[in-house]
Amino acid sequence: MSIFLNENTKVIVQGMTGSEGTKHTRRMLASGTKIVGGVTPGKGGQVVDIDGHQLPVFNTVAEAMSATGANASVVFVPPKFAKAAVIDAIDAAMPLVVVITEGIPVHDSASFYAYSLTKGTTRIIGPNCPGLISPGKSNIGIIPADITGAGPIGLVSKSGTLTYQMMYELRDIGFSTAVGIGGDPVIGTTHIDCLRAFQDDPDTQAIVMIGEIGGDAEERAAAFIAEYVTKPVVGYVAGFTAPEGKTMGHAGAIVSGSSGTAQGKKDALEAAGVKVGQTPSETARLLRAILGR
Amino acid sequence: MDLFEYQARDLFEKHGVPVLAAAIATTADEAEAAATKIGGKVVVKAQVKVGGRGKAGGVKLAENPTDAREKAGAILGMDIKGHVARTVMIAAAAPIESEYYLAILLDRSNRTFLVMASVSGGMDIEEVAHTAPEKLAKIPVSAVDGISAAKAKEIISAANFPADVADQVANVLVKLWEVFQSEDATLVEVNPLVKTKDGKVIALDGKVTLDDNADFRQPDHEALIDQAAENPLEAAAKEKGLNYVKLDGEVGIIGNGAGLVMSTLDVVAYAGEKHGGVRPANFLDIGGGASAQVMADGLSIILGDKDVKSVFVNVFGGITACDAVATGIVQALELLGSKATKPIVVRLDGNNVMEGRAILNKAAHPLVQQLDTMDGAADRAAELAAK
Repeated sequence: MSIFLNENTKVIVQGMTGSEGTKHTRRMLASGTKIVGGVTPGKGGQVVDIDGHQLPVFNTVAEAMSATGANASVVFVPPKFAKAAVIDAIDAAMPLVVVITEGIPVHDSASFYAYSLTKGTTRIIGPNCPGLISPGKSNIGIIPADITGAGPIGLVSKSGTLTYQMMYELRDIGFSTAVGIGGDPVIGTTHIDCLRAFQDDPDTQAIVMIGEIGGDAEERAAAFIAEYVTKPVVGYVAGFTAPEGKTMGHAGAIVSGSSGTAQGKKDALEAAGVKVGQTPSETARLLRAILGR
Repeated sequence: MDLFEYQARDLFEKHGVPVLAAAIATTADEAEAAATKIGGKVVVKAQVKVGGRGKAGGVKLAENPTDAREKAGAILGMDIKGHVARTVMIAAAAPIESEYYLAILLDRSNRTFLVMASVSGGMDIEEVAHTAPEKLAKIPVSAVDGISAAKAKEIISAANFPADVADQVANVLVKLWEVFQSEDATLVEVNPLVKTKDGKVIALDGKVTLDDNADFRQPDHEALIDQAAENPLEAAAKEKGLNYVKLDGEVGIIGNGAGLVMSTLDVVAYAGEKHGGVRPANFLDIGGGASAQVMADGLSIILGDKDVKSVFVNVFGGITACDAVATGIVQALELLGSKATKPIVVRLDGNNVMEGRAILNKAAHPLVQQLDTMDGAADRAAELAAK
């Protein structure tokens, strides 16, 4: 099992004909993802050959879904056009939309997130995220597929490279699903959504949760863990040494006042029974101890 | 980007929010001229991007232009919580009857927009929010629906604004929404919003934060950047398109991915506790596709920081595999030549790690040493910086 995707997930790539879209379509195909087509407004009717796969291009997500039976979309379109692309997918009632694009104005992401709530048929992951992978089954986004294989760990993280680092640290054990939810101020899927899904997934035995400074998502996740999650959870929080009021790359990683500090998040997680590592390596060791490996 | 009060005032005026006549001055002479032009009593206000300037003496009432000159002379150059007042705003003085509070902001927790409104505005609004939260109305606003005239009336009524100003305040709220939306702001705050003795509602002071991600569709926002306040290293990094933040330690940091770099800062700070308290000197994220040129640009910024004693390059090879990163480091050092003078500790992990380490071993640059783990490499970099 896995969360949000499986070996039968059929994926379309919005922005497939752009350079990033083409590059990552190739990588996703190589890792076994069922890519069934692409969407680029104005280029409908074309067929693109990517490593021997003949992939049809459509003008809209609705057309792509009815022609291919796609049930997931991954968005690589530039920030300027990202909102229109996501709205197109929501209008088509696409069940899963993974937005990789970095640098989308927050008014646009707040708007498409609010719009998705009014329709109630689309889960958005991201934006500004690396996507998600169930090793050996499906890989939607840009997470390197060859770090590790399938296994009992579920991972949820705001950060891309910390996701890769943690998968690498625990590569001999393997993962059910790793989800990079993104570090932007408004994201479609939260730590809590992933924790709930991992708790309900019979193949996930333990969960790693990676957070970083800014916002109160980790504090909320801690409260949720205390209330709902019975599987073991280990945590890691980045940004203990980040100065207040400075933006460190992720728009979300801003500390203002005393809320959203790394220490506050660590304290909240520990109070909920989560073991929190001081470094990624220590976090991996904590998980190993729990699984006895 | 946070704006100065005068920049916020100008944006308010552009979108029809009622404000008072005002001008900015960077010298006492200019302040006197501005006060003469405005006429009557004026308020001289330090322009600093920090709260509490009134209590720190950065806001003064001036009776006439000569007085404005004197007050401006005292305020210009004043240090307010580490922010130097290089500019003052000279604004017409208003006879105030009541002070209110009005703000629209991004509510991250609930992933929506939020209006906060109170009839108890002024300098102590934080205190009000803390001790009497019922006096601060918080009303969510959908990013899809925004604030219509009807929605504004509903909010103002929920916040218990008096009937004699309700229509004016609702109108201000609609205009503030226009500022918030059309300027891609994440915060628009008016404190105080005042009722004058003759019953007019005016935005007397404002804070605006703009979303840098929207710069591509906000060409006017570039002119609002406070060039003088930018750290020279940060400005140089920005020019190269690098995501760099100057910090106050000794270990230069380069990594890929914001989360991993933040984690690297932490690991270096922990390691530094064993080595005389050395700390990270900067945040530098070279991103996923770290080319040789990007690595060279990054290294040259960090080696140009006189505080840096050692450099820690911490890269997880993902999309860009370790062999490409290693080649980038070697080429970067060739490009820098004799400008590279400080020890560089490299930790590579991830895709093609063996090939990457072999490339660095073969190059055998005298300044470069490799360690296998992030924790071990952080310890070495801290040790080298402590020497």
